Amino acid sequence: MCIAVPGKVIEIYEDETALVEFIGVRKNINISFVEDVNIGDYLLVHVGFAIEKMDYLEGEETVKIFKSMVSE
Amino acid sequence: MRISLAHGNGGEETYKLINNLFYKYFNSEILLKGNDSAILSNINGNIAVTTDSFVVNPIFFNGGDIGKLSVCGTINDLAVSFAKPLYITVGLIIEEGFLIEDLEKIVKSIGEEAYKNDVKIICGDTKVVEKGKGDNIYINTTGIGVLEDTNCRKVNVGDKILVSGTIGDHGTSILCSREEIGLYNDIKSDCASLYSLTEKLISNLENIKIMTDPTRGGVATTLKEICNKECKNIKIYENDIPIRKDVDYVCSMLGLDPLYMANEGKLICIVSEEESKKALDIMKSSPLGKYAKIIGEVIDGENGELYYETLIGGVRILDMLKGELIPRIC
Amino acid sequence: MDNLELELCKKIIMKINKETTKSINIMEVCGSHTRSIYKYGINKILPNNINLLSGPGCPVCVTTESFIDNAISLSKREDVVIVTFGDMIKVPGSSSSLSIEKSKGSYIKVINSPLQVLDILKKYKNKKVVLLAVGFETTMPTIAKLLRIIEERNIKNFYVLQEGKRIPKIMEHLLKDDDVKIDGFLVPGHVATITGISDFKNIAEEYNVPMVVSGFECLDILGSILALIRMINNNESTLKNLYKRAVNNEGNLKALIYIDTVFNKSSGTWRGIGEVDDTGYELLGKYKYLDAKYYFELNSNSLKNNYCMCGEILKGKKKPYECALFGKSCTPNNPKGPCMVSAEGGCSIAYSFK
Repeated sequence: MCIAVPGKVIEIYEDETALVEFIGVRKNINISFVEDVNIGDYLLVHVGFAIEKMDYLEGEETVKIFKSMVSE
Repeated sequence: MRISLAHGNGGEETYKLINNLFYKYFNSEILLKGNDSAILSNINGNIAVTTDSFVVNPIFFNGGDIGKLSVCGTINDLAVSFAKPLYITVGLIIEEGFLIEDLEKIVKSIGEEAYKNDVKIICGDTKVVEKGKGDNIYINTTGIGVLEDTNCRKVNVGDKILVSGTIGDHGTSILCSREEIGLYNDIKSDCASLYSLTEKLISNLENIKIMTDPTRGGVATTLKEICNKECKNIKIYENDIPIRKDVDYVCSMLGLDPLYMANEGKLICIVSEEESKKALDIMKSSPLGKYAKIIGEVIDGENGELYYETLIGGVRILDMLKGELIPRIC
Repeated sequence: MDNLELELCKKIIMKINKETTKSINIMEVCGSHTRSIYKYGINKILPNNINLLSGPGCPVCVTTESFIDNAISLSKREDVVIVTFGDMIKVPGSSSSLSIEKSKGSYIKVINSPLQVLDILKKYKNKKVVLLAVGFETTMPTIAKLLRIIEERNIKNFYVLQEGKRIPKIMEHLLKDDDVKIDGFLVPGHVATITGISDFKNIAEEYNVPMVVSGFECLDILGSILALIRMINNNESTLKNLYKRAVNNEGNLKALIYIDTVFNKSSGTWRGIGEVDDTGYELLGKYKYLDAKYYFELNSNSLKNNYCMCGEILKGKKKPYECALFGKSCTPNNPKGPCMVSAEGGCSIAYSFK
């Protein structure tokens, strides 16, 4: 379906865009679909738009779930 | 100031262009004689000849330009054929309206790269086409070298596959240079001449089976071509393939595979298992081979398959690049 | 992948092998899941009794032939510039493709973000710029955003030919088909980012088919497959969200509301499947003036498919190699149907990744 990748917010601009860094490359991304964006946030980016803020704590929880599934 | 049709029609403008621009940067004795042909003498040994045309867009990119590329590409074809590059010819097809300032940058690049590699530019040609009938500039270079070694060694099961460094840099860099992609990045083309590396390998190893440079189509296409030609099976390992993190990420963003992205300064060589460690050390001691790795080996079987073992142990069969590499979005 | 993650993947693979005791059909609806599965070699290390079906989650694959034919006929007009995402240009219509028309001189521009249309509009003020808008819930908010900007700026030379689609009900439609046996679904993670999980959960519970919302990394997919197998073995027919770092239960309300300001929900027409209720979008009345179908008076002829089995493959009823054209007259260089063109299409992936 649709490729979306996470990137880190480095700068925020007035016009609903932010400069987002993705491992060594940077791109201007439209952030009009995500609330309360701060520098340092991780955003999930699809076709030049942020579609969600990534929650890495939840990510760690998911890894814990996977770990628990193999230790049974 | 811009190139006009007059610059390509053999008259005064052509003459001025050659003398003021080309001869300024291409100063080989043979060329400066200004004859219709270059006469070469005293070449001892078998002669290697190769030709290539260069149409890269954009013509200026991070890590080089079409001029540098046109020299390195041809030198590399000679170097991987076990030849010492000696001479090169340069043919230009320029679109009317091309900036002379840009032409000078490119011509300077060609001259510098040839000089760095001790290769003499012995012939040249320039044509100008109407605006709209060419894409800025196309370059053709033909290279002449002399063989330093004859390579008749058989590829055997157990032979190791080495690559001199990170893969996919050039193709990814070119893609990122295109404005429409909209990525600010530091990814540099790996455009470089490989002769200093091939020379060292030839001098110090007894049993180099194959050398080649994986240009368009990437490492996967090049290795698959070898499998087909030699009727051998090769297996490479994801775990061992050197890829820059940013190249890997950009490729995954655009739905592309670094194994199929172009390289312009990387060497693949196949050596016996006994010599593979030595070959790796030689590569790593060269500035061109800092990130060299042994990425796989020739395995049993003669159906010409290229196998790729992923990190989790899944074994895929890789084919040549088919069709164009178009960035995916959805 | 770091070593710890790799070790965890290997442990999960062992568990999958141990716990799959019967033949299981898992549909991974999403083209990007299909691609990840092949990229990581997951399909190569799963036990033989797990049958991975790739479903209709590749937007290019399910775009109707008449859409492509309309796009092609528009591209032949001197006064039109076609703007499209990359994959669409090679998809065959009934007798040509945008790629072929491009080589004949049609103005066809490839973009990777809808907002690039605005630059193209500036460059081609005297032409009619037509965007081919194809995608699922993930992409539709971005198309809606573009259309809102076009309207706000009173731009007069833009039109959209759209065939956006919605996923949950197509999954339900497949479940109603007696020929298709699906034991569990991997839910498209990025569609769920926008829609949330409730539509999927309702279908899981109504049809007794377990579902897992999965991410796209190797660990995500392996872990989700193991979770699904356990749910199948335990007859648990509900939904588990294992992509919580990107999917919250309610989805992205802002994006959903945005879609609703430009599009109505409607039925959708799926290549190889036909018209299915509640799986499409249509422009709201106030944006109808931007609809290329309306402005250019285009028809929706459904033309007969040329022995291409894409429809059956999309539904998971057949595998690519079962199609008579696969690998022979139909290859990535010469595709006969959308499954071979799109990099996410089942046939293209089967051909390229073997």
